[in-house]
Amino acid sequence: MTDLKIMIVGVGGQGTLLASRVLGNLALKAGSDVKVSEVHGMSQRGGSVVTYVKFGKKVYSPLIEKGEADLILAFEKLEAFRWVDYLKPDGKLIVNDQRLDPMPVITGKAKYPPSIISRLQEKIPQTVAVDALAIAKECGNIKAANVVLLGLVAKTSAIAKETWLEAISEVVPAKALEVNLKAFEAGYNI
Amino acid sequence: MKKLMLGNEAVARGAYEAGVTVATAYPGTPSTEITECIAKYDEIYSEWSPNEKVALEVAAGAAIVGARAICSMKHVGLNVAADPLFTASYTGVNGGLIIMVADDPGMHSSQNEQDSRNYARASKTPLLEPADSQECKDFIEIAFQISEDFDTPVIVRLTTRVAHSQSIVELKARKEFQLKDYCKNPAKNVMMPAMARKRHLEVEKRMAALADFAVNTELNQIQWGSKEIGVITSGIAYQYAREALGDVSYLKLGMVHPLPEKLIRQFAKEVKTLYVIEELEPFIEDQVKKMGLPVIGKELLPVTGELTTQLIKEKILGIKTNPKPLFAEPVPVRPPVMCPGCPHRGMFYVLKKLGLTVSGDIGCYTLGALPPVESIDTCICMGASIGAAHGMEKARGRQFGAKTVAIIGDSTFIHSGITGLIDIVYNKGNSTVIILDNSITGMTGHQHNPASGFTIKGEPTKQVDLINLAKAVGVNRVQVADPFAVDEFEKIVREETAAEEPSVIISQRPCALLKQVKYQGPLMIDQERCKKCKMCLKIACPAIVDQGDSVQINADLCLGCELCTHLCKFDAIMKAGDQQ
Repeated sequence: MTDLKIMIVGVGGQGTLLASRVLGNLALKAGSDVKVSEVHGMSQRGGSVVTYVKFGKKVYSPLIEKGEADLILAFEKLEAFRWVDYLKPDGKLIVNDQRLDPMPVITGKAKYPPSIISRLQEKIPQTVAVDALAIAKECGNIKAANVVLLGLVAKTSAIAKETWLEAISEVVPAKALEVNLKAFEAGYNI
Repeated sequence: MKKLMLGNEAVARGAYEAGVTVATAYPGTPSTEITECIAKYDEIYSEWSPNEKVALEVAAGAAIVGARAICSMKHVGLNVAADPLFTASYTGVNGGLIIMVADDPGMHSSQNEQDSRNYARASKTPLLEPADSQECKDFIEIAFQISEDFDTPVIVRLTTRVAHSQSIVELKARKEFQLKDYCKNPAKNVMMPAMARKRHLEVEKRMAALADFAVNTELNQIQWGSKEIGVITSGIAYQYAREALGDVSYLKLGMVHPLPEKLIRQFAKEVKTLYVIEELEPFIEDQVKKMGLPVIGKELLPVTGELTTQLIKEKILGIKTNPKPLFAEPVPVRPPVMCPGCPHRGMFYVLKKLGLTVSGDIGCYTLGALPPVESIDTCICMGASIGAAHGMEKARGRQFGAKTVAIIGDSTFIHSGITGLIDIVYNKGNSTVIILDNSITGMTGHQHNPASGFTIKGEPTKQVDLINLAKAVGVNRVQVADPFAVDEFEKIVREETAAEEPSVIISQRPCALLKQVKYQGPLMIDQERCKKCKMCLKIACPAIVDQGDSVQINADLCLGCELCTHLCKFDAIMKAGDQQ
């Protein structure tokens, strides 16, 4: 398997950890070496969070550096904007079209940057924007937005859909599986 | 079987495979998952101890009577456990004893950036440092063997990026560890001056023997590549160096204390330029310099923060890879915030309104120092809020004291707040202490504690009665208050801060993230009633958003806790769908 560097960025509480665990599990199934770096603790409380997933023959550092990511999966628009410099020049960006105001915006100390998605699309031809929250709602639970986004990633990946489904089934808690599989299909079929 | 595991999870697996029967801890990021994962093994007795000192004492006792025991904490926890550590180093063990400590370079979730390797040196204890999850598991068995062979506690140090990275681990079966015989042996296990003097001599002999062991152990490996550059490194720094520098020569240390001097000299002789690449303090570098070897380290690399692959490339190879930013404008920061529905929010609203000096502590509520709440004045360490509030009053007098409160979480209060409270009573202070009883240890991700009434395995147990505990140490004034009933809460805070004696307010409301906490669902703002006074924005709820021309509630975030409805003078906030 070729080297692949994926970043999942979002806001603490959006389910980025689960998504990174699915990707890690997927790499294991594909017979690749893999490292997944997570953030726990204080920054999880509604802060900006990033997890790194690296596939490859042999992975040393668990981190991805600026200009290296093949794919950034952004759960929130401002977070896509924040982390976009980590994308390599021909990298791909998948953005959930959701706006979550950070505290400096809520209190009026800062402005939420306007038209983030169109500006990202201008600079990065491979930008895909999707309203994963709305799709997850239709599937029965807004919490499954993370798996909608994974479905979208799966669609263009070289790994078989069945392997994705297995990886998800092993990571998602049993009682939430049905909704999540539905969410995956919805993302896959966008 | 292969499995993808967090470093912490792999440590737990290592403990399981090594036949551990006793595991203790106080939760602290980035160490918490070690003991959470251990608790899933029925073969191992595990506990959340009240603090790290007790945790280490429990583990040390278990080891003395012949079991394999493991005790886990974050770096600052080792300060609390330092007392038993330094003397357990003298008594040694019987069954093996491992102290897991997780450092947090970069301070992702910590109040300082201390380097725990210095404790190994100071307490004369060997220290191992794994570099990925496989090593996290494998080093546990090796550490137990070292512990038993050399009669010493062993520290195994992780850093955040090892503890919280997942990588592939090959699993093995558990090997049961037969309890070793226990014989009463005061010369070894009772540390009074006469015995301790003899034991100190043994400790010095042990460290010399361990230094010899370090030269030959497989924990320390030379990987020969180009000899133009030789790098001595360990832990996560090895991974960064390996990725940045590729095929140069490495002396990868799995055992960082004591250092393998002979091996280091042999390595240094063969390479043209010798570097030490390590995060935080020049722990290895200083010792290599003391050996008289020319080495480059901290003159290039920082003692603050984490290392990165790019930084190493830049400093050592002179290659700058930082691409130009795509967008020139600054991006608004997104600091962590108290969750929607958080019970602390109501309390902070009152404290801010009253303009009190707030002596803070460690937990989710430390976020009350950030804008727009900006209520907390100080935060030092676990339990410090209470002693510090007492000191503030003693220094500036009663008038200042009457405008000061200490705030402390329930778990933190039991960890090390209770002694501060005793101090206030004993030394005739008048401070008001607010204990934030949210029924759980919140920040580290919901661990039980002695005040929650459940054990680590979720079994019901005796629950510490905070009211009677405060009364028993001599606090006459103890009141329970709901932080969401802001008017009543304010009244109580006014009463207690005015009282000429110590007082305790138990601010009681469960963490909004607990499963049993059910609010009614999202609220909304009736835009016709709303006068845009923005009172509701003062509580810094991430679900309430100022959109310039209107204030809106984000229905995807709002739980319906109704704190904001108490603040709205125009009754404009109501349950979504109730609008008339």
